[in-house]
Amino acid sequence: MPEPVAIHARRAPILAPSASSAVRVLPAADRFVLQMKAPRGAVLPSAAGGFDLSGPLNSVRGRPERFAARLGPGEWLLVCPEGEGTATEPAIASDLAGRFFSLVAVGHRNAAFLLSGPHAADILNAGIALDLSDTAFPPGSATRTLLGKTEVVLVRVGEAFRLECWRSFAPYVHAFLQDAAREFA
Amino acid sequence: MLLVPCPYCGPRPEVEFRCGGEAHIARPADPDALDDAAWAEYLFARTSPKGVHAERWLHAHGCGRWFNALRNTVSDAFITTYEMGEPRPDITGGR
Amino acid sequence: MAQDFRIPGRGRVDRTKPIAFTFNGRTVEGYEGDTLASALLASGIRLMGRSFKYHRPRGVLTHGADEPNALFQVDRGPGRADPNNRATVVEAVAGLKVSSQNHWPSLEHDIGQVNDLVAPVLTAGFYYKTFMWPRSFWDKLYEPAIRAAAGLGVAPDAPDADRYVHRNTHCDVLVVGAGPAGLAAALAASEAGKRVILADEQAEMGGSLLADLTATIDGKTASAFVAYALKTLAGRANATLLNRTTAFGYYNHNHVVLTERVTDHLAAPDAKLPRERLWQVRAKEVVLATGAHERPLGFADNDRPGIMLAESVRTYVNRYGVAPGRRIVFATNGASAYRAAADAKAAGLDVTLVDLRPEAEIGPERALLSGNELLAGHTVVGSTGGKAVTGLIVAPLSAGRVGARRTLACDCVGMSGGWTPAVHLFSQSRGKLTFRTEIDAFVPGSSVQAERSAGACKGTYDLAGILAEGWTAGAEAAGVPSTRAFAAAPATPTGFRAARVLPTDADPKKVRAFLDFQNDVTAKDIGLAVREGFESVEHVKRYTTNGMATDQGKTSNMAALGLVSEILAKDIPQVGTTTFRPPYTPVTFGAIVGTARGETFDPIRTAPVHEWAAKQGAKFENVALWRRAWYFPKPGEDMHAAVARECRAVRESVGLLDASTLGKIEVMGPDAAEFMNRMYPNGWTKLEPGKCRYGLMLKEDGFILDDGIVARMAPDRFHVTTSTSGAPRVMAHMEDYLQTEWPDLDVFLTSITEQWGVIAVQGPRAREVIAPFVSGIDLSPEAFPQMAVREGEILGVPTRLMRVSFTGELGFEINVPADFTQAVWEALFAYGQRFGITPYGTEAMHVLRAERGFIIVGQETDGTVTPDDVGLSGMISKAKKDFVGKRSLARPDMARADRKQLVGLLSADGRTVLEEGAQIVADTQQALPMKMLGHVTSSYLSPTLNHPIALAVISGGRARMGETLFVTTPAGFTAVKVVAPVFLDPEGKRVEGLVEGGVHA
Ligand SMILES: [Zn+2]
Repeated sequence: MPEPVAIHARRAPILAPSASSAVRVLPAADRFVLQMKAPRGAVLPSAAGGFDLSGPLNSVRGRPERFAARLGPGEWLLVCPEGEGTATEPAIASDLAGRFFSLVAVGHRNAAFLLSGPHAADILNAGIALDLSDTAFPPGSATRTLLGKTEVVLVRVGEAFRLECWRSFAPYVHAFLQDAAREFA
Repeated sequence: MLLVPCPYCGPRPEVEFRCGGEAHIARPADPDALDDAAWAEYLFARTSPKGVHAERWLHAHGCGRWFNALRNTVSDAFITTYEMGEPRPDITGGR
Repeated sequence: MAQDFRIPGRGRVDRTKPIAFTFNGRTVEGYEGDTLASALLASGIRLMGRSFKYHRPRGVLTHGADEPNALFQVDRGPGRADPNNRATVVEAVAGLKVSSQNHWPSLEHDIGQVNDLVAPVLTAGFYYKTFMWPRSFWDKLYEPAIRAAAGLGVAPDAPDADRYVHRNTHCDVLVVGAGPAGLAAALAASEAGKRVILADEQAEMGGSLLADLTATIDGKTASAFVAYALKTLAGRANATLLNRTTAFGYYNHNHVVLTERVTDHLAAPDAKLPRERLWQVRAKEVVLATGAHERPLGFADNDRPGIMLAESVRTYVNRYGVAPGRRIVFATNGASAYRAAADAKAAGLDVTLVDLRPEAEIGPERALLSGNELLAGHTVVGSTGGKAVTGLIVAPLSAGRVGARRTLACDCVGMSGGWTPAVHLFSQSRGKLTFRTEIDAFVPGSSVQAERSAGACKGTYDLAGILAEGWTAGAEAAGVPSTRAFAAAPATPTGFRAARVLPTDADPKKVRAFLDFQNDVTAKDIGLAVREGFESVEHVKRYTTNGMATDQGKTSNMAALGLVSEILAKDIPQVGTTTFRPPYTPVTFGAIVGTARGETFDPIRTAPVHEWAAKQGAKFENVALWRRAWYFPKPGEDMHAAVARECRAVRESVGLLDASTLGKIEVMGPDAAEFMNRMYPNGWTKLEPGKCRYGLMLKEDGFILDDGIVARMAPDRFHVTTSTSGAPRVMAHMEDYLQTEWPDLDVFLTSITEQWGVIAVQGPRAREVIAPFVSGIDLSPEAFPQMAVREGEILGVPTRLMRVSFTGELGFEINVPADFTQAVWEALFAYGQRFGITPYGTEAMHVLRAERGFIIVGQETDGTVTPDDVGLSGMISKAKKDFVGKRSLARPDMARADRKQLVGLLSADGRTVLEEGAQIVADTQQALPMKMLGHVTSSYLSPTLNHPIALAVISGGRARMGETLFVTTPAGFTAVKVVAPVFLDPEGKRVEGLVEGGVHA
């Protein structure tokens, strides 16, 4: 058997991070899908590996770079900066000890965009059928929905909108958003 | 486009959903106990009433949950939606 | 061209901003604020088109969206030309090139007008009656003739150069129409702080008030009231005003779709702006304030250029400052035309008004005209003129008898047959109409959705009433009921007597009184249709085509309906009304398509090694939404040569395939094995962690849904793979059972398709290629046998390494987090050069698996294929009491000996590559139709075996081994021999990598 080759694979995201004004491609992150049964009225932990799971369905708790978005009654998308996931996994396991749950790493599955500025909601509404006004979808909201022909997760941690989609859909989502943003440039 | 009242998420646009046909048709606990005709009935026979119909809906591009709905197939009005496993609500009260 | 018919000092057009466009090549001048129609009329141009069937000269009939005659081809430059634009709504913009339609060689001299001479044969149902027999004439004669005659404008031949966008929005109250009712409604609704959208199809909001020079509202002129209302609304942040925006579709649950024309009115629009914006509005409440359309009168030759609606005369005079004629005769059966006549008179035009009603029936409107200007109790029996009207022929009526004819010389006729409320959107909302006899019109009855109508669309024609109704509707819609009285003066006279076709002394068979101007349907045609037995208004409509043109009968439906009711002697409600369907007015395809064109037509999913493959010159194929590398041609190679080379590399050394598109699902939970047992026919309990198994998934009907390798990562964790296109289907299938049938199971599903990139390394050298990069996994055959899975690292990143083979060779599938796939691939490719490593695409993959006889779901199966049909009955656990599909497999039909079964086929001549999908028969001499035994499912020239191979499903196929059958080819039948569906290595020894070098099967 030959000697192991001492090189480390480098990440090649489908879209390079960019900082264009209205539609930003965000850098890589670590992510998990956490699932556990959460019947109505169940008390959910506010600290699990540094994530607050206690928010209601379709809400997000946390900071822009580290948050837990509750997308289903028993489903959370956990996002944290790249590299922090390694420690997160055992921490969640320990904090949720005694509960039955499923934790699956999906850091490479998604790509993410950030939309900010006065027309962020208008741009998103080119393809999203939900009411994204401050009253209907205020900061702290999160949901899975459709943008054009693609499923996305829309998270509002703070004023800006963070949009996540599966890796291979990212070029479509990016092109779609840029087209919608054109008239506001 | 319908506005479908997901029992978990509230009213959401139809594009997020998939309709799964008639509700309250449980898979037989022991399929072998059914003769061919009864099995075929379970597999294929569905009612298609004009009026209130109990349907399965999936909030596929939302919370991901299946639920049941009473929908008027004439007016498209959703009378109510309820979680899987709950019995069909009694709506004889005039709705 | 001089604007000889422009009235000094009148109109809302901006006289400081002159513009010029061309009409049929002639330059026409106008002002900003003009429509094409008003500018043409200002220059004295009355002839604007030829009618559809008879090619009769036509001018403008209306001043708005209901226009049936003046349809233009509008050319805004390359890729920006489209037909059938109504001259009455297209704004006059500098530089436009517009032309009239449906004539040859020119509008003035049109060959097609011979149709007018043979009109007696072109009656209702002409096409149905004429183009029937003989059958042999259909394709060669009738269809080309009908096609040549069909259509009005010319379809554009260049791709649309414009951009269109969509916008979803929500509001509390959507008000459609910004006339007096809509303005009042929007004021009331927005005062309450609710989110209000006010949409109006015209360039300027105000509706009928824009043409009203006499009314005052709360002491303000109509014009000042509009300005006040719009200023108030613009000052409210919760109100959105959308002009040039047509609400064209009212769908379920208050989903109303609007199209906004953003740039058509701009001579040089900002390039970043879309041409149109399609608004998808979800409104809590809707107020419909869509107004009413005036009806023409039915009399002989009522279609000559210059004959238009009375309110249109008024609008051209008052709003555009244009005289549609100098000597105008008005003809009416109601009060509203008197205001039009009075306004024309006030503009200095010569007017006469002919009223069907006797003097005694005429109300306060009488005071608007002097004695010698009115002919009461008169009917209209015809018109004179050619390309323009020169006179209106009238006659007194007494006791139902038509008296002596006289011709009133004129160059314009303003006719009014009453009003039809625009109930289109209400009707689309599924609201029920009711008929009001006194106004001879359908009005909104009971609502089905959260909407309410106000103003003329509800049959309220009096200005004070309209305003009050609008306010009430707006306030109620906003949930804060209130009323407000508006002081509108003078009172609006609304007297009216319904009339169908006007009484005449002429032979009814010779009278052509047009009802549907665009489709050239006359009162006579309606009569004929009813006589021929068409009594349902829906049938009459289709038989005569009344109301079926692009204007959808806005000016003609009520006339036809009234006539049918009169002939049948039934009340109108008994005859019914036709169904109103979206769109209210034509919508561009661009607006509907929006962003869904070009690169955003559909998502194009690309795998992690896509860019590398593209740089290598790979050809790609579409698989579901994915674009996968199909083959990698080298310079000079065709597809066949490339695929052959790729296949040989895998058989003889090693190849690399990007298999990342395979669906992957993580099934996790203490009940995971139990769940797998229920979902799959095979057993999972005994599969140890670290092992893989082929899984065949069935639907409840027993037919194959999908297949794939399943790896057990841990007692409570399975890594399930699916076919590329089956991934969403399988996930949905599993989730459905989990949530709805077995919610008690503790199992969760997570899609990990895109988390893991997959590199298939296949071929005798596969182990040697990966070995230097893998750590933490013993790759020796003893420690890592076929169908095993191990977790470790490759190039320092985590991997789920599977020893599996879809090629029949020794092989591995390396799963790595997706963003690392390219780096791993490049490292393997570089290192593998010493073995001649070869990237291969999906075509080689298909060939390789076919040589080994592996099925592809969707190719060998079609939704009616059982495991036994494809020779996989061994997959079915005998021990399990139940699994999805089990009971269905026990049906007698599923075990019939003549079911189509998977077999291999070898061409008897050793050369012919069969066509996939080709039919198979046993006897080529049998009578037609032949008995089909089955069809070819896969067919390739095998590079390994150097002869064609094919898979097929054939009735009772397994009992036919060795038989000769016949397969259709484009050149006739070819003979094939039925063989087992495995062409290479039936014992499966090659996966051990024991066969070195060349292959001889
Ligand atoms: Zn939901």
